[in-house]
Amino acid sequence: MSKYLLIPVLPLLAFFINIILGRRYLKDNAQWVSIAAVLGSFVIAVSSLFDVISGSRFYGDIYTWVVAGNFRASVGFNIDELTSIMLIVVTTISSLVHIYSVGYMHGDKGYYRFFSYLSLFTFSMLMLVMSNNFLQLYFGWEAVGLCSYLLIGFWYEKRSASDAGKKAFIVNRVGDFGFALGVFMIYLTFGSLDYRTVFNSLSMHLNDPLVHMNLGITAVDVNLFTLIALLLFCGAVGKSAQIPLHVWLPDAMEGPTPVSALIHAATMVTAGVFMVARCSPIFNLSPFAMNVVAVVGAVTAIFAASIGLVQNDIKRVIAYSTISQLGYMFLAEGVGAYSAGIFHLYTHAFFKALLFLGAGSVMHAMEGELNIQKMGGLRKYMPWTYWTFLLASLSISGIPGFAGFFSKDEILWQAYSSGGPGRLVWIIGSITAFMTALYSFRVFFMAFHGEFRGTHEQEHHLHESPKVMTIPLAILATGAVVAGWVGIPSLLGGGNQIAGYLGHVLGHPKGEGTGMQEMMVMGFSTALGILGIGLSYIMYGRRSELPQKIAAAFKPLYTLFYNKYYVDELYSYTVVKPTLWIGKNILGKVTDGTIIEGVVNGVPGLIGWFSARFRRIQTGLVQEYAAVMAIGILIIMVVLIVW
Amino acid sequence: MNQLGYPILSVVIFLPLLGALMVLLINRKNESLIRWVTLITSVLTFILAIPLLTHFDKTTSKMQFVESHTWIPQWNIRYSVGIDGISILFVMLSTLITVLCVLISWKAIKDRIKEFHIALLIVDTAMVGVFSSLDFFLFYLFWEAMLIPMYLLIGVWGGPRRLYAAIKFFLYTLVGSVLMLVGIIVLYFAGGRTFDIVQLSSQNLPYGLQFWLFWAFFAAFAVKVPMFPVHTWLPDAHTEAPTAGSVILAAILIKMGAYGFLRFSIPLFPEATKTYLVPMMLLSMIAIIYGAVICLVQSDLKRLIAYSSVSHMGFVTLGLFALNATGLEGGILQMINHGIVTGALFLGVGIIYERTHTREIADYGGVASRMPVYAAFFMIFTLAAIGLPGLNGFIGEFLILFGAFSAKKAIAVFSATGVVIGAAYMLWLYQKVFFQTVNPKIEAIPDMDLREIVTLLPLVILIVWIGVYPNTFLSYMHASVQHLLERVNIAPESLSIARLLPWR
Amino acid sequence: MVPIQWYLWLSVIVFSIGVFGFLSRRNIIVIFMSIELMLNGVNISLVAFSHYLQDMRGQILVFFVIAVAAAEAAIGLAIIISLFRNKATAHVDDIDEMKG
Repeated sequence: MSKYLLIPVLPLLAFFINIILGRRYLKDNAQWVSIAAVLGSFVIAVSSLFDVISGSRFYGDIYTWVVAGNFRASVGFNIDELTSIMLIVVTTISSLVHIYSVGYMHGDKGYYRFFSYLSLFTFSMLMLVMSNNFLQLYFGWEAVGLCSYLLIGFWYEKRSASDAGKKAFIVNRVGDFGFALGVFMIYLTFGSLDYRTVFNSLSMHLNDPLVHMNLGITAVDVNLFTLIALLLFCGAVGKSAQIPLHVWLPDAMEGPTPVSALIHAATMVTAGVFMVARCSPIFNLSPFAMNVVAVVGAVTAIFAASIGLVQNDIKRVIAYSTISQLGYMFLAEGVGAYSAGIFHLYTHAFFKALLFLGAGSVMHAMEGELNIQKMGGLRKYMPWTYWTFLLASLSISGIPGFAGFFSKDEILWQAYSSGGPGRLVWIIGSITAFMTALYSFRVFFMAFHGEFRGTHEQEHHLHESPKVMTIPLAILATGAVVAGWVGIPSLLGGGNQIAGYLGHVLGHPKGEGTGMQEMMVMGFSTALGILGIGLSYIMYGRRSELPQKIAAAFKPLYTLFYNKYYVDELYSYTVVKPTLWIGKNILGKVTDGTIIEGVVNGVPGLIGWFSARFRRIQTGLVQEYAAVMAIGILIIMVVLIVW
Repeated sequence: MNQLGYPILSVVIFLPLLGALMVLLINRKNESLIRWVTLITSVLTFILAIPLLTHFDKTTSKMQFVESHTWIPQWNIRYSVGIDGISILFVMLSTLITVLCVLISWKAIKDRIKEFHIALLIVDTAMVGVFSSLDFFLFYLFWEAMLIPMYLLIGVWGGPRRLYAAIKFFLYTLVGSVLMLVGIIVLYFAGGRTFDIVQLSSQNLPYGLQFWLFWAFFAAFAVKVPMFPVHTWLPDAHTEAPTAGSVILAAILIKMGAYGFLRFSIPLFPEATKTYLVPMMLLSMIAIIYGAVICLVQSDLKRLIAYSSVSHMGFVTLGLFALNATGLEGGILQMINHGIVTGALFLGVGIIYERTHTREIADYGGVASRMPVYAAFFMIFTLAAIGLPGLNGFIGEFLILFGAFSAKKAIAVFSATGVVIGAAYMLWLYQKVFFQTVNPKIEAIPDMDLREIVTLLPLVILIVWIGVYPNTFLSYMHASVQHLLERVNIAPESLSIARLLPWR
Repeated sequence: MVPIQWYLWLSVIVFSIGVFGFLSRRNIIVIFMSIELMLNGVNISLVAFSHYLQDMRGQILVFFVIAVAAAEAAIGLAIIISLFRNKATAHVDDIDEMKG
């Protein structure tokens, strides 16, 4: 247990050391503390993976966090198959990003701050995946959001960066709002937030009248499990940037590129996928919620891919590709193939982190240029970046043999074989696979092939990144190729070990199908991938006029994609601006300013008005007072005498 | 009666008053001596209050450290003080906050230093007195005694519109208090001619009487909290008050309203409280959302934080009126949390105001580049205010919302949106003040000095402590909250519409 | 033996003249004298009743009144003089400092 405790505690210590001592003392040596800590965590994570493989899991509390009334929650760890995979993903990518950042962030005035945030993020993410209860999950959930906020807005002097950080946090809060309600519902239903207690007592609640209880919100009977699952999924939608809360992720690219690789590609954004997998026992009980997950995932996948097709900012294209791939993972989970979703999460971490770090390497060479229209021909200047980027692109496009192929194929096959709505989802997924190959290689060809289209100054400056950056690229590239080999399907002679491994926790999908069908699905998606690459080569690799012609032919569609379906504008005009308007004009001016203040200042005003009238009596002339007094006495005397 | 063998509470209550007398005797030219005497007195008060925590018996809901002496026998008025699990944390917080207020005023207050520190020390006495009184007469005395030095703090050392704000604050609270005074007198006769709070709290008053008294007390407490719609004194008072005044207002004074609900409204009128549960929760919900939305459009730093207090105190009352153990404990903890966090935010604003003399958010920008240490502190306070897990605000808000959710789901759901909007306005504030390019107006501001760090550090420690291990604090409340709930639960249900009518 | 009513009528007349003078005259000195008249009107009735009821307390009270009147005259005149120094008028309509 103390061993597992070290996994998150090491980065936490590094955070404290860096944030307190960094500015004055560590300065340019801040990376050592953080890298040492994350490597330590990595080593322990690997050893815990072997522990789990050898059958020794861990489940236990460290201390009781909150006790209030009948509410009780603790901090504890749950080390099982799912967690161990996540630990490997998080610590591996985090270590590589740490090392890469040494080169990328070199000379930045916030160097120490950057590494302390990275450590804090690693800590939070580890707490998230290791937790054994929902409250700690929520802690990690919000804490990674905080780190994301801090790191997106790392260059806080840039208006757009601080805006993006704020947006990320607030949009995530919207999702967390649902998530928190889900946690409440879980506690009310099961009387505990402990995973084991909750999941074990699920079966007891199956025939519970509570399941169809009246929630008192809409006065409509709602299935309890559906409600809980959907509320939890709300959180996942926010964190994993699914429709309709995807808007923050593209903006999050304002952060330094290593951050995009670590947080906004490999780890944090997959927390939603992880959480749904973790809560699979609950989701399994609600077919409706499962369908929602699948549909949201599928729609997001194709939606984001369509935007990715036309964007010119290299990081934004990759960001939309991330949203799209996350949609894939949810699609898998929605059809019950949780282990396929987690498998894709795991392979995606490698090739997507690689794409981002490759993009970072390009930016490093191009002095921060992001527009792929101004790149081109980088191949000869940066061979390492070129080759690793190519491997990542092949992997994401699902070319056989690469990591992405196995996981994506597994997802598509599971979707197909689950039947019913799964077929529809499969079609969307396949189309997306084609689009994925198209936009991935669009970036690849436009950046690395053809003639350089930037300024002379930029061209003069072009250079390969230092070793400290290219070595992590090479390691990730290896991962992007071989990471999938743990999941080679039996059809291709593999054992699909990862599905078996994760099956202990996540169960096995129910879908069935013949080897023939599986072969067909596999062949179909591979063909689509190759087709996408080919089309991309024709359109962008050879610099034909084709892209412009297509854009002109489908002008409205192109504009729609280019402007990201106007979702940001929609939110701005339907939510943000009306709220501000109400705040300023209705609440500020009418209610507070006029009504309440009217009463508050009106009552004294009224008294003042009467006083102003009454004071006329006070003439200051003693004789008049005396006269009034005399008349008064006279009246009293008359009254007394008459009575 | 008293587990310590000496009248510890009286010492804690009257030591600041003694300090005030000493300050009175110092020559007004000798400014540093005045400051040091005040500081030492307040620190000493805090240190002397620590045995309360260490010797507190957490297993009982009875009043502890009780002292009771006959004061005015003709009217059966006694000097009796004591604390239980509900009040102990407030006593501690009051003494701590006073220390910080002295520290933060070290350079900010430049004229009438002597009077300022006397007022501060009297406030300290009154605050501790309010939280530890067990006699209604004594309670009312302290309750009103608080008002005068507070009025002076705002009216003498405040900003440009200080007189308006001070008078508004005074009259607002006085109107509420006077109604409570009437209530207290009625209680005195109805309860068999006694002012003893503990004794009165165990009596069952007839429902008709409970109804009227509930509203009389409500008037006083709702103004103090402040609940919607009697909140408008708060933005003015907060904005115009000097830093120390804002801190005391935010950290302690507005807690007295919520404390009043806990100490009086709920145990004295359990039946009425149960009847008005839903209206109270609705008012809290309105306060949460209303305060939060209005925060989004504020342009004045202190005004924004003031309105955020309205929203946060809405959470507190929401938790209290959920009337279950989780909600109540969350509510009490959130009162402490809000005291710490909002107190800290006002201290923070004070620190920067001292340098720039402007409260307009638009006059700032890029402070993080100039004052990195300050930015880090303020970030912690901001995050605590928006309820980030691991910091104190989360524990309070989570427990409150959970308690409210258990009681009335729809209200809790709507209230929870306050958390989302809360993040929006606090992060907006932080962005405008600390991020982006450096505003030329604040080009050359120095970072925090040691005194300022020492002022804020205790609050940071508390924020993290409560966030990571809230049981230290929650454990004090369990017995008392349980007792309170038993009191409420034995009261008969009274939910028929007919009983809502006052003439019944 | 003069009946008591006569004394009382005299008292009423003297008092009424005082009241009338107090209310109608504008010169402050005259008003002051009117007050003396009222006091003396009361004195007359006190002495009359004292004699009628054979009770000395009435006459003792008269001495008090005379003493108070003397003091009042002294203080009052002093006030009038200082007032005159400030305002240069003895006309009461000009003295309305206490007007609300």
